[in-house]
Amino acid sequence: MIDATVVELSRLQFALTALYHFLFVPLTLGLSLLLAIMESVYVMTGRPIWREMTQFWGILFGINFAMGVATGITMEFQFGTNWAYYSQYVGDIFGAPLAIEGLMAFFLEASFVGLFFFGWDRMPRLAHLTVTWLTAIGANLSALWILIANGWMQNPIGAEFNPATMRMELTSFYDLVFNPVAQAKFVHTVSAGYVCGSVFVLAVSALYLLRGRHIPLARRSMTVAAIFGLASALSVVVLGDESGYTATINQKMKIAGIEAAWHTEPAPAGLTLIGLPDLATQTTRYAIKIPWVLGLIATRSLDTPVEGITELVAEGQKRIADGLNAYHALETLRQNPDDPGAKAALAASQHDLGYALLLRRYRADIGAATPDQIAAAANDLIPDVPVMFWSFRVMAGLGFYFIALFAGAFYFASVRRLDKRWFLRLAVLSLPLPWVAIELGWVVAEYGRQPWAVEGVLPTFLGVSSVSVATILGSIAGFVLFYSALAVVDLALMVRTIRRGPALSP
Amino acid sequence: MTGAPIPYDILRLIWWALLGVLLIGFAVLDGYDLGTAMLLPFVGRNDAERRQVRETVEPNWEGHQVWFILGGGASFAAWPPLYAASFSGFYVAMFLVLLALIIRPVGFTFRDKLPNYRWREFWDWGLSVGGFVPSLVFGVAFGNLLLGVPFGFDNELRLSYTGSFFGLLNPFGLVAGVLSAAMLAMHGGTWLAMKADGAVARRAGLAARVFALIAAIAFALAGWWVATGIDGYVLGSIAHAGPSNPLAKSVTRAAGAWLANYRTYPALLAAPGIGTAGALLVALIPAGRVRVLAFLLSALSVIGIIATAGLALFPFLLPSSTHPEMSLTVWDASSSQTTLFLMLVATVILLPIVLAYTAYALRVMRGKVRIAEVAEREGHY
Repeated sequence: MIDATVVELSRLQFALTALYHFLFVPLTLGLSLLLAIMESVYVMTGRPIWREMTQFWGILFGINFAMGVATGITMEFQFGTNWAYYSQYVGDIFGAPLAIEGLMAFFLEASFVGLFFFGWDRMPRLAHLTVTWLTAIGANLSALWILIANGWMQNPIGAEFNPATMRMELTSFYDLVFNPVAQAKFVHTVSAGYVCGSVFVLAVSALYLLRGRHIPLARRSMTVAAIFGLASALSVVVLGDESGYTATINQKMKIAGIEAAWHTEPAPAGLTLIGLPDLATQTTRYAIKIPWVLGLIATRSLDTPVEGITELVAEGQKRIADGLNAYHALETLRQNPDDPGAKAALAASQHDLGYALLLRRYRADIGAATPDQIAAAANDLIPDVPVMFWSFRVMAGLGFYFIALFAGAFYFASVRRLDKRWFLRLAVLSLPLPWVAIELGWVVAEYGRQPWAVEGVLPTFLGVSSVSVATILGSIAGFVLFYSALAVVDLALMVRTIRRGPALSP
Repeated sequence: MTGAPIPYDILRLIWWALLGVLLIGFAVLDGYDLGTAMLLPFVGRNDAERRQVRETVEPNWEGHQVWFILGGGASFAAWPPLYAASFSGFYVAMFLVLLALIIRPVGFTFRDKLPNYRWREFWDWGLSVGGFVPSLVFGVAFGNLLLGVPFGFDNELRLSYTGSFFGLLNPFGLVAGVLSAAMLAMHGGTWLAMKADGAVARRAGLAARVFALIAAIAFALAGWWVATGIDGYVLGSIAHAGPSNPLAKSVTRAAGAWLANYRTYPALLAAPGIGTAGALLVALIPAGRVRVLAFLLSALSVIGIIATAGLALFPFLLPSSTHPEMSLTVWDASSSQTTLFLMLVATVILLPIVLAYTAYALRVMRGKVRIAEVAEREGHY
């Protein structure tokens, strides 16, 4: 049996290090493009203020970039160190986009970022501009391949189980790359990064304007951030909606958790705007519902029902039973790899094999599972509804708030009234909000995928390495200490750089 | 599992070679960054000198580090059982490497952001440790590959590793670790001697010669040990294009078996020959003459030493000391034929592009980093 403490600690470590890594990634995504835009204006107009802007925001970008790289190495290591069975079981598919990310994207970004900082006086203007754009493109391509890998965990298409190697293997690279879930997630995630970069530039510029410092730089920066941010904020919400729609392909339970939909409702389902979901009684108190809206978002139709948690658990029980057929066939094949009956049975039920593996939490010889154990395993499919419900609502609410914020900034910039102090204060106070929204977005996406590491294919608890509790406790303690110290240093340097401001303008 | 136009066994051979290429790319390019970082507080005696050292690598090291990240990613994609077994088996060692590698990006970026002496001193030593630890651990890990590491699989291919971190620190593993650390210190030394001027270049040239000698001695000692004191692994018959399942073969152990490939193909002895000759020539270069040629000799030596270990192990990737028959080999620990083929296509297209812009980036930053110019840039943070 797999040690439950090892599972919990491995999950905790992954969650901590991934959420921490993603404090830096969105700012890299957003700022790199903003730098490229600012430098383009410099090259086109020849005005030194735009070069100064590029260099000033570039210093902040550099501090953040170092943290992003440092914490990203952890992610590449961690599948192997802590999720060895996961790596062995799905590496044939999951490893490919990670490797291509290195080859196509990270190499590009990392090779040119040094020239961005150190090449100003060594290269012609146009060459340097190209370097800046390539750095930004590298960062964005990196997100693409990582989200293709992550999209496969949400919607594992283009792969099948191979009994000879006891693992999942790639059948269609095309399906893997053009996975609709991955594509929607990619645009949603990079747009969120652009929003993050734009809010950052907006808030710091607003601070300068409030204090009457660096006004030419701050005004121009704010205008760029307003335009870029508005487009990005609209894109985040639209593509978030697309993500919601694609999730209904195979993650109905995630949608049901977000909506606290305890039971299937007749179509078109109403959207619970707000309420108090209660996991113990499986009810939502004080729910305020808007009729039809959920059905429209999730199914884009008026006659398809949105399935509820109770019904999805019942379906899960059936899939576990079917998965056991595949499991028995697999046992037969291990004795006799050419048994035609077992081959046929495996082929018929292999899409449910993962469901049978959910039983491993209750017994090692899952072939002999009792109906009670099957029911218990099916109940494990229920997500943490209150967390999902609230994370999603805060994230989505902030998404709409950013549209309003940037629309305001855009308006004040176009009528040249960036001196409205109440608005500048609002912009400064908005600084932490993109991070809140983005981290909650990952909670919805990944915590909402539980109990699966790969939806319907591999339960999370089976993916762990055979390492001891003490070992993982040690590495978690190391990460917490190390990362906390780095966070303090990172913040202090950021604040110091912002206080000092750009080198030239007053 | 067909559909790929290249036979499975050939793809596996190519990916074994590519794994070597990535490892060598990492050691030759990022190796000099690691070696330079290692030497930083020793060859730079004041703040300007230390900034000079740092400036020789800072614009380009980030790109070079990707060779290592890609090595991890490529072994995940092409050799999933190897990635799973080595990273989880060497958990504590990998964790140490990770912390060391995390110090580099922040150390390089943060050091000069504050003028404070203690702050800079802290990052200088942090970078030095950050260069030394991975260099040592990679060597220790390689040494333990030759000894075999204790792991096995159950019939669902769930891996269990029964060794400990301190088990890796056996005498042979430590010799391999010293070899690796000295080799990269030599490489960083020749880089600095070529790229810097003044006192830093002089001290770096001396360091390069000393570490080259240590590397050559450790290499010879390790070679002698492998030939006389370590039982190698011998693979029984196995289908070279069979499914990747490491539970269907027989493996025996025999004295001197790691030299079998060299006995069969004596031409392969060029690898240890180049490894030794390169290091010895670096050691013999007169003081003050350690420049471009020395750096190239050092790079050749690095290539030769790594190739020596890889060729000795072939076709083993990760031998198991407790369950030799479950060892991971080139023939039964790869990805599917489809994945290997697709990844090969991606590599053939993208790797030359990477090499081209790596060369471009190095060219933009060409020329010596002179102490006079570095000293002028004070207050640049």
